[in-house]
Amino acid sequence: MLAFIFRRLSTMLLTMLCLTLIVFYMINLEPNLKKLAISQLDMRTPAEQLESWLEKNGYRQNFFVRYGQWLGVVQKQPAIDPATGNAVPRFRYCNEPTEPHYGGILQGDFGCSTKFKVPVAQKLFPALGSTGILMFWVMATMVPISLLIGILAGMREGSRTDRTLSVASITTTATPEYVSGVIFSVIFASWLGWLNGSAASATNQGITFYNFTLPVMTMAIYGIGYIARMTRASMVEVMTQQYIRTARLKGLSFGSVVVKHALRNALIAPFTVIMLQFPWLLTGVVIVETMFRYQGFGFTLVEAAGNNDIDLLLGCSLVSVFVVLFTQLISDIGYAYLNPRIRVQ
Amino acid sequence: MPTETIGALAIIIGVIGRFWPVWIALAIVLTLSFTFRGRLGLYGQLFESGVGVAGVTICFFWLFTAMFAHVIAPFDPLTQVAVMKDAMPGTVVPDQGLVYYFGGDKLARDVFSRMIFGSRIVLIIAPAATAFALMVGTTLGLPAGYYGGKIDALLSFLANLVLAFPVILLFYLLVTPGIVETGLPHWIARVFFIVPIIFFGTLFFTRYKNRPQLLAVQMALIVILGGWVYLGLAFDADPLGIISIDPNQLNIFVAVVFASSPGVFRIVRGLTMDIKTRDYVAAAQTRGESPWYIMLWEILPNARGPLIVDACLRIGYTTILLGTLGYFGLGLAPESPDWGTAIKDASRLLRSFIHPALPPVVALMTFVLGLNLLADALREQSLKD
Repeated sequence: MLAFIFRRLSTMLLTMLCLTLIVFYMINLEPNLKKLAISQLDMRTPAEQLESWLEKNGYRQNFFVRYGQWLGVVQKQPAIDPATGNAVPRFRYCNEPTEPHYGGILQGDFGCSTKFKVPVAQKLFPALGSTGILMFWVMATMVPISLLIGILAGMREGSRTDRTLSVASITTTATPEYVSGVIFSVIFASWLGWLNGSAASATNQGITFYNFTLPVMTMAIYGIGYIARMTRASMVEVMTQQYIRTARLKGLSFGSVVVKHALRNALIAPFTVIMLQFPWLLTGVVIVETMFRYQGFGFTLVEAAGNNDIDLLLGCSLVSVFVVLFTQLISDIGYAYLNPRIRVQ
Repeated sequence: MPTETIGALAIIIGVIGRFWPVWIALAIVLTLSFTFRGRLGLYGQLFESGVGVAGVTICFFWLFTAMFAHVIAPFDPLTQVAVMKDAMPGTVVPDQGLVYYFGGDKLARDVFSRMIFGSRIVLIIAPAATAFALMVGTTLGLPAGYYGGKIDALLSFLANLVLAFPVILLFYLLVTPGIVETGLPHWIARVFFIVPIIFFGTLFFTRYKNRPQLLAVQMALIVILGGWVYLGLAFDADPLGIISIDPNQLNIFVAVVFASSPGVFRIVRGLTMDIKTRDYVAAAQTRGESPWYIMLWEILPNARGPLIVDACLRIGYTTILLGTLGYFGLGLAPESPDWGTAIKDASRLLRSFIHPALPPVVALMTFVLGLNLLADALREQSLKD
């Protein structure tokens, strides 16, 4: 088991290295650097000044040197002020030291956000915290509801309950966040006026039922159908097993057979599915946070991408890639843990 | 300000009336399919369940809507009638006598016509991109599953690499005007679009290599037709000047194919690993068939059931991806009538006007729902066999 985890962790590191290299390549393409320089200076700045700004801030160094600097294996050189010849920090608002130093991911330094004018860590981690709260509530509503729907539908295959719930869950899988968000806003915010159509106040004034229900509902609804379908399939399979028939024949009530014998075995597959749902939730987070103006990770990612904020965007991709790979690992380990047959092999 | 409006009932009747070519086409196709369902194989079996009929009907509805869009839509999707800005549903356009059935949007365009023309964009890009993703995924998934070992390790690593990318980040990096300038989408397109040519080339070569005359005809057809489309799409250098694609649309197309190929790869690889242990594969190996013949003519046809189901789901998923692109304003032109862009524009003004938001939302939802129902019915049918 340890060897397995070790192997997975090393693959994970290699994947992260490759992916950050690709992201690094894409955001350092010429048009993107131009966009960055323009956003930092002015729309009407002449081309030579843009070029000299890029030159001055070290964006014209060799690609691999810069990637190494970001990683923390190559020394970062301070910018030299051409007038005085003294070393000056590249971005004043980030307190960069003026002597050559190693400052990258390996040293725990995520770099400097050019859009928000703060160190990336100061922006990224509070945003992740806000998204964590959103995710928690989404999971807390999505998982129980979808498991319940799946179990009720799969308990008696082909019954009217089964067909109704199945069509309902197919419908929710056809409703991406930007569709359900609009529908819910129209119903609950515009017509009924029960809920707030924006979660912007949640960041400063705290979460209330009034401002937080719509984002949570919108995000949960898309996942519910999928997890419920998986739970149903696995429940249907378990219900046809011999030991269920035996339990029924020895006189146990239907309810207690479902709860005591079927449930535990039926929940192995949904566990994996819920874990693998995280990458998709990440996209959902971006849509929902943009739609309801909630300042979390997704909001930060959109801002970073829109302004080509190199360090922030790299930080965001590192975090999201980590989340995806880590949940995959957890799902594999958890699967082996829940299913003894896999463990023996 | 135009004050003349028609009532809710008149709107409903008017909208149903505008769809007349769709109703006629639907009636013909469904009646024919239902009459001959016994002879239509898997497609005919769909008519045995309510879910299947619903799925087929919805999918055909949108297909015919896209085909007859210019007949159904009363207005051009980009034309602005200044007085109709934010008009309520059912407002009559002065001087023309035509009606804005679902009202006007903030740029005074007809919401109904935009929804109808939006279906064209979705119904062209989504199935085409899915077809390409299927071919790319299959061409790579078959050898990965069949040979295993190093090829599998390498290809799986690459697929997982793309899968580990959150889709939205991938789109933000890949679908920008800046990227189009660098020519990167064209390079990716050159790699992707050659795959179908290789796929069909190998497909016919492995089967007919002992019949050189037939093979020569097939190869010539593939190279000429495929090469023509390839030159037009990937190099924008069609010698006849018929086939060309807008660089932005190519960019979207490439991004969507790129995002969904690894999923197909994983499914095909899994199916291949399962099927290659069967007796008929062993028989073919003993006969001395080449590996690619076994993969393409023994394994692939037997994997078609799950692949058809997956293709249906994937078209729906691609539609959702296209909507996401539109929602974030990536790739498609700002005035494009596609559903995602329309939802983006309308959702910002939801506090004041809700009517421009609902038609594209309902359209996207029903289309994806139709595909999902279709996939569900197909899965039920293939489980019965």
